Amino acid sequence: MKTLLEIHEVSKRFGSVIANDAISLAVNEGEILALLGENGAGKSTLVKAVFGLVKPDSGVIKINGSVMESGDTAAAISSGVGMVHQHFQLVPVMTVTENLILGDEPKKFGVVNVKKARAEALELSEKYGLHVDPDAIIEDLPVGMAQRVEILKALRRDVKLLILDEPTAVLTPQETDELLEVLRNLAKRGVGILFITHKLREVMAVADRIAVLRGGKLMGTTTPNESSESKLAQMMVGREVVLRVKKTQAKPKDVLLAVKNLHVNDDRKLEAVKNLSLEVHAGEILGLAGVEGNGQRELVEAICSMRPRLSGDVLVKGRSIPNMNPKAAHLAGISHIPEDREKHGLVTSYSIADNLVLNQYDQAPFARGWVRDLEKVSSNGEALVEKFDIRAPGSSLTAGSLSGGNKQKVVVARELSQQLDVVVAAQPTRGVDVGSIEFIHTQLIAARDAGAAVLLVSAELDEILSLADRIAVISNGKIVATFSAQEADRNTIGRLMAGLAS
Amino acid sequence: MEQLVKLGTRHYLAISFIAIFAFFYSKDSLVATSVLYTAIQFALPLALAAMVGVMCERTGVVNIGIEGTMLISAFTAFFAGAILKNTVQGMFIGVFTGAMMGLLLALMAVSWKMDQIIAGVILNILAAGITSFYYRQNYSIPSTLNPIDLPIVGAWPILGPILSFHGPITYFGILFILGLWFALYKTSWGLRSRAVGEHPSSADTAGVSVTKLRYVNVTIAGAVGGLAGSYLALEAVGIFERGFTAGKGFTALAIMIFGRWNPMGAFAAALFFGLTQAVTNQLMIDEVVKIPSQFITMLPYVLTILILAISAGKVRPPAAEGIPYEKEKS
Repeated sequence: MKTLLEIHEVSKRFGSVIANDAISLAVNEGEILALLGENGAGKSTLVKAVFGLVKPDSGVIKINGSVMESGDTAAAISSGVGMVHQHFQLVPVMTVTENLILGDEPKKFGVVNVKKARAEALELSEKYGLHVDPDAIIEDLPVGMAQRVEILKALRRDVKLLILDEPTAVLTPQETDELLEVLRNLAKRGVGILFITHKLREVMAVADRIAVLRGGKLMGTTTPNESSESKLAQMMVGREVVLRVKKTQAKPKDVLLAVKNLHVNDDRKLEAVKNLSLEVHAGEILGLAGVEGNGQRELVEAICSMRPRLSGDVLVKGRSIPNMNPKAAHLAGISHIPEDREKHGLVTSYSIADNLVLNQYDQAPFARGWVRDLEKVSSNGEALVEKFDIRAPGSSLTAGSLSGGNKQKVVVARELSQQLDVVVAAQPTRGVDVGSIEFIHTQLIAARDAGAAVLLVSAELDEILSLADRIAVISNGKIVATFSAQEADRNTIGRLMAGLAS
Repeated sequence: MEQLVKLGTRHYLAISFIAIFAFFYSKDSLVATSVLYTAIQFALPLALAAMVGVMCERTGVVNIGIEGTMLISAFTAFFAGAILKNTVQGMFIGVFTGAMMGLLLALMAVSWKMDQIIAGVILNILAAGITSFYYRQNYSIPSTLNPIDLPIVGAWPILGPILSFHGPITYFGILFILGLWFALYKTSWGLRSRAVGEHPSSADTAGVSVTKLRYVNVTIAGAVGGLAGSYLALEAVGIFERGFTAGKGFTALAIMIFGRWNPMGAFAAALFFGLTQAVTNQLMIDEVVKIPSQFITMLPYVLTILILAISAGKVRPPAAEGIPYEKEKS
């Protein structure tokens, strides 16, 4: 087997932070190498060095045996390196074909040969079994499809080494499975794949070899056969990680959150939540499982009073929450960990301390009448940064400067530190590394044990199965089944999520 | 190509409606054709100025300095023409001045990553200042640019007198608009330009130089603005005065939005503007309506406000417009 990529002793330092510390790695033809590590472990820096987006301070990168000029993206592309970025590099308003040909258009006298481009796009998607409509507009496509276009874009340039930077972070479980299948097929065709992730299950499912990074150092390489999820997690985090949260039997009490015959529209004014009712008791976690886009977002936003309810009621402790008044919902006792932390969870240009009082800045002790008590805000910030293990030098930094996992911890800290009656957590661990996931899970259990009613909405079935005391399955805006945690079965729930009768 | 059909229909309908109205109203073919002829004359500088906006904004650079670009170009075109006693040379100097204004905008917006609104304001103030300060009376150009009597077309019934006997900048301008439309939607330059205006990092990762393309497009757009200014001074009026462009560069931005950043759409919108003005002028001359002339001069501005109010929130500008491009820092 030929070695495609050799990385020799590559080091990169940003200020006082060592992102890569003398890392050596190799990828062979037709091999899937998973690069595993927590956020900030140096994975992205390393692959960016390979792709020429980052100039390493020292070390050599060889592709197909020849040494690469450092920091030269064009050279990397022409020697067959392709990269699928975490944030898609696609023009949303253009068609699939236009995106594929951008920068290297088939043309006659400067005029784009649309026919030829379209045929090329079709041929390419046939060849690799990545079916996409060449005339579809990118923004109309689901994320998984858009990602296919990204992969096709790389393949069009005769890629020999494909780098994927956390490709599954944005995908639903189904899309993830499809992607893993695609990666296997590409590897069979001889493409070397360097795949960054922090999801252990995927690594075990698809990788030929696994390289684990921690704190900029290569902790070792292994294979799925020689390893296990818990061993990998330990290598990544540097200590033992509890993958399945330990929790005691729930002791549910009164109903704290009740949703009655709720109807909600989505952004396109189509009915997304259809006559939905549910109840969450004090001291239990109700897990809402479902494929994304089945009304979960609308349901959560309606409960938190951020989206108009067409009819139906949301009750906390038997008292109705007014429509379209998030503040009233919060005052009534609902804490909300929103799905999109950047959009609804944080003001990224504010300090961590301010973000931690974002929904109580005007209440005692953080304000006296009209005047904010900045000392209290700041001491509260320092205390929560400490307690919730937010990795930041201080609470006066802007929230935007934190990594994804730590941003999420800020949101979790704000919402759970107030000990409200109801916790609505939407995708609380999306895009968050293993260590932070463990922490957030523990916090949710702690909130439950303190007597809160927790509604956990997640597209990760594993998360639901490990945390929830009761599981409701949502499909097409309706709850199609409810199980207790004991009687829940992965396959049955999976089938119900997919909209099939069990 | 779907852009033309989708965006144009509304405008074409409006235009044909007013055209038919004017035609039947006058019941006089001579008046009707002369109204349409004037409409083209009113529309052309607006259309060209709107092309400046289209070219800049499609690549992601907001240009509110069109007014200033036109003003200073009209100024240099006129005085160069007067001093050199050569109108054609004056026109080239006007175009060159416009290109320099474009280059200045590119420098501020692309290289210095300045706020593009402020950069545009700078162009406008610069032009207003220079043209007032150096303005001198008692200059005149030898003649306006000579109208061209189109062969064949000129002999057509009805259309002949409308389309023929315009000046050279008018014909070149119309060809340029058609060419720009074709280039924007059919050539690789157009594809890349639009990509840069919508999502510059995808263009960058595909090997397209965002900086270079923005520089080239904004500079060419400036030259087009220079041509529009030259048209006013050398082809339409033949004089220059302080504040000569009277807000046409701003109206052009409304026209660009009304035309949804599509050259043909903007052209149609400009014709609609021109026609409205020509029809109202005719009504005044015929003394059918007795409204103070101030209301007539107000018309373009009122229309601008109306159009912006109607299209607010419904149209979708290029996504990366106004945002300086920074390569990912890591």
